[in-house]
Amino acid sequence: MKKTVIQFENFSFKYRSQAKPTLNDINLTIYEGEKVLIVGPSGSGKSTLGHCLNGLVPFSYKGEISGSLEIMGEETRNLDIFALSKNIGTVLQDPDGQFIGLTVAEDIAFALENDCIPQKQMVDTVTEVSRMVDMENFLDSSLHRLSGGQKQRVSLAGVMVDKVDILLFDEPLANLDPATGRHAIELIDRIQKETETTVVIIEHRLEDVLHCHVDRIIVIDEGRIVSDQTPDELLASNVLENCYIREPLYLKAAKYAGCEVTAEMKPSHMSSFAINGCKEKLVSWFEKTAPPEKKAETPPILELCDVSFGYHPDHLTIQGISFSINKGEMVSIVGKNGAGKSTLSKLICGFEKLSSGRILYSGQDITKDTIKERSLRIGMVLQNPNQMISKHMIYDEVALGLIIRGVPEHEVKERVERTLKICGLYPFRNWPISALSFGQKKRVTIASILALEAEVIILDEPTAGQDFRHYTEMMEFLCELNRQGITVIMITHDMHLMLEYTPRTIVIAGGKKIDDDSAVNVLTDSEIINQANLKETSLFELALRAEISEPREFVERFIAFDREVRQKWL
Amino acid sequence: MAVEMLSYIDRQSPVHRLTGGTKLLCLLFWSSAAMMTYDTRILIFLVLASVWIFAISKIKLKEIAFVLIFIMLFLLINSIAIYIFSPQEGVEIYGTSHVLFELGGRYNVTLEELFYLFNVNMKYFAVIPAAILFIVTTNPSEFAASLNRIGISYRISYSVALALRYIPDIQRDFRNIALAQQARGIDLSRKEKLAKRIKNAGSIIVPLILSSLDKIEIISNAMELRAFGKNNKRTWYRARPFQKIDYVTLTLFVIMLLITIFITFHDGNRFYNPFV
Amino acid sequence: MQRKHLSIKTIVAIGIGAAVFVILGRFASIPTGIPNTQIETSYGFLALMSIIFGPIAGALIGLIGHALKDLIFYGSIWWSWVVVSGLVGLLIGLAWRKIDIESGIFNTKKIITFNVVQVIVQAFGWFVVAPFLDVQIYAEPANKVYLQGLIAGAANIVTVGVIGTLLLLAYAKTRTQSGSLDKDI
Repeated sequence: MKKTVIQFENFSFKYRSQAKPTLNDINLTIYEGEKVLIVGPSGSGKSTLGHCLNGLVPFSYKGEISGSLEIMGEETRNLDIFALSKNIGTVLQDPDGQFIGLTVAEDIAFALENDCIPQKQMVDTVTEVSRMVDMENFLDSSLHRLSGGQKQRVSLAGVMVDKVDILLFDEPLANLDPATGRHAIELIDRIQKETETTVVIIEHRLEDVLHCHVDRIIVIDEGRIVSDQTPDELLASNVLENCYIREPLYLKAAKYAGCEVTAEMKPSHMSSFAINGCKEKLVSWFEKTAPPEKKAETPPILELCDVSFGYHPDHLTIQGISFSINKGEMVSIVGKNGAGKSTLSKLICGFEKLSSGRILYSGQDITKDTIKERSLRIGMVLQNPNQMISKHMIYDEVALGLIIRGVPEHEVKERVERTLKICGLYPFRNWPISALSFGQKKRVTIASILALEAEVIILDEPTAGQDFRHYTEMMEFLCELNRQGITVIMITHDMHLMLEYTPRTIVIAGGKKIDDDSAVNVLTDSEIINQANLKETSLFELALRAEISEPREFVERFIAFDREVRQKWL
Repeated sequence: MAVEMLSYIDRQSPVHRLTGGTKLLCLLFWSSAAMMTYDTRILIFLVLASVWIFAISKIKLKEIAFVLIFIMLFLLINSIAIYIFSPQEGVEIYGTSHVLFELGGRYNVTLEELFYLFNVNMKYFAVIPAAILFIVTTNPSEFAASLNRIGISYRISYSVALALRYIPDIQRDFRNIALAQQARGIDLSRKEKLAKRIKNAGSIIVPLILSSLDKIEIISNAMELRAFGKNNKRTWYRARPFQKIDYVTLTLFVIMLLITIFITFHDGNRFYNPFV
Repeated sequence: MQRKHLSIKTIVAIGIGAAVFVILGRFASIPTGIPNTQIETSYGFLALMSIIFGPIAGALIGLIGHALKDLIFYGSIWWSWVVVSGLVGLLIGLAWRKIDIESGIFNTKKIITFNVVQVIVQAFGWFVVAPFLDVQIYAEPANKVYLQGLIAGAANIVTVGVIGTLLLLAYAKTRTQSGSLDKDI
């Protein structure tokens, strides 16, 4: 029998500011050396569970605890957060928030410094740990210069210096592009094997985590544990669907095709998934499912002609990019961190001046237009809605741009109300913005752009940090806008988003356009996938293994079918 | 908005070799001396000495030219303002009046006033190279350790480190927010009336401030989880031990400060008076 | 857990607060049209931080923020004004318990308290202390520095009165619980 390292017994927790408990009657035992994944929709209590483990609850977030939580045999209530941090190392999700040091080495050394470790010993430990995460050549780099994946390595190293017994990862894949996410999962796997620590991962990107072996998956919904099984058992059940957690796509496809999935078929990984029994069903499902409708061609609304730009004259961030976007299209711009996606959107909005090239809007040259002039046609929505909201009430926020432009009051009212209706915010118009959820705040920022009657909107990571259900709501909302004639451009590294919602994808790498094709073709082209840090979709592999004649077409039909099914959630 | 700011310039020089703590103390001694004295001889010495230290630091003039231009402009305006407000300040201080040009009554240009203005500017010149050198030759990573070293609590020292760490982040946020708000038609330039401009500024600074307040919570959690504040002291990864050069430099600066105090105040007057 | 020293949150607030002070001071000053006089939004922010985090945080944000701003952007430190920034942060911060912004209530009475405090504190700081230090340190003509203090002080009093009050109102609103909000159909 293995040693118990974490034991919840009849554990409940209620935040001081909330009426109802966030965690109810949790019973959970985790053994030494196990690798456990905790999944659940937003607001299910999965993050709170993590906070209970690392001591942020109750030492930083106050509230009432009942029942017991023992870590390494000690009741946590009798410890303090410092003692807990010796046992549990936490890697938080927000990379900017958790980097405290100015350079990589200092950040890794932070916990050692607080422990008064002598400098000499500190240098040795930092070198040793940085080698484990392959960051030994970056010790003097400033954290601003690192890529998302490198930042994650640094934060992992920062908690490993303490030789902790348990590593806790709170949404480690948020903000990572697909390929980097896969490396992160491989790294966690390797570190666990080398150090024999217990690993707890909280994450909703299930398919990505399952890239490496996981011992058990705990599903939390509404503050309770609804499932505690091995991945194979869980995936064979319908627990995930009931909790609105995205199942691996290949599995979903098999289920749609009517295959009976059992744990014995090892569905936790595409390569182990035994599909011989359901090949026929997949093929016949493919044949009887209608292909998605193609949209009619429309005239171009936005054209970039050989656009170049550099912050320094001798170093171009954007090199000769040309493309044309038609009215009413929904397009995604993808590429790895630092490829130039965000710069490109800034150029389109006029935030930066082109070094050369032209931008046309409905055939008119707008290269010389100011930010303000362009904003009547093209709106930009930042990733973090909190960075755009300055008013207290929803109505005022949406009206802000109109009032500043001196639009007469009655017209402001009419336009704001119309926009709020389109955005599904009309019932909330007299609410304070602070009472809204993250996704709703984002809608407010979109509404405030649409009120200016922009015909093109550019969104930076519209679904970052949202669970499957909120993701679906946000994207269906954008599709609705799109149906009403708004052209939508999205900057993203979410492959599901590309595949499911944008018929067309523009791929940027190293400041150049390397592809401009349908999302399905992009995500099945291994060369583009490598250059842009993407990942081949598992649906394609499933289609190949099921010997479907047109695997790309299979992917498209699945996506269209799946979206139909999810419409019922709204 | 590529605004230049002073930042660490990595070189090999005796000034770089000094620890941050030494440099901070020296800056304090140096600026205390320059602030206290009005003795022209000491000011000239301080200015010449700081030019010499600047030369051995291997920092090139053009790397800091943008700051110098700004300061020159400031000093020029300041001198004109002093003259406009108090054209006979020098006469009052030095007790004599040698008129150079007649500009009518109060505004007669006196040798005393010019000498006084010369002294005012020398006072600034004595400090500027030292302050600039401190910023450009001290590795920001070492800065917090040096503050702690000279007796400031490590908690407060760490606040300074955090400020240095987050200034670029906040600058980037500010820029993003400002652009996004401009795209909604918010104008901060002189084209708008003042009252409206203040209102418009609100729509940039409110999101900046509220999102920065959110950061505070995330960062405190991250620090708490990694046991910041556990002990009464902490060690520093980038701290550098005091060397012989540090002790020698500090001693020299202390002597310089003492001599300054002695020369300045021994006759009960801060000013060196060449006119009597 | 009672701890004597500053809490981690206060330390972080000082660090981030100083960084925001630097950026606002450098990029978000609004020219008034009167030469050398600007609406320094950073003092509105300083007042907000003093009221949220108290006098020690206020003092250090003013001191560190102003000193860093001078050093990084202007390559020199105007100690007399740096000291006053710290003093203003400190003294406004003394009203934090009385105003208790975390309660989410910032009513007319509190607005008046806040403004009375900030006017007295800033008048003392900019009209008295800053020019006094300028005369002592730089021996500049008294009438010049007192006039400078008067203009800058007046501008800052107005800035804190308008922007500081608005920021506090905005912040107080984020503290209220959403409670029983109904949709209006």
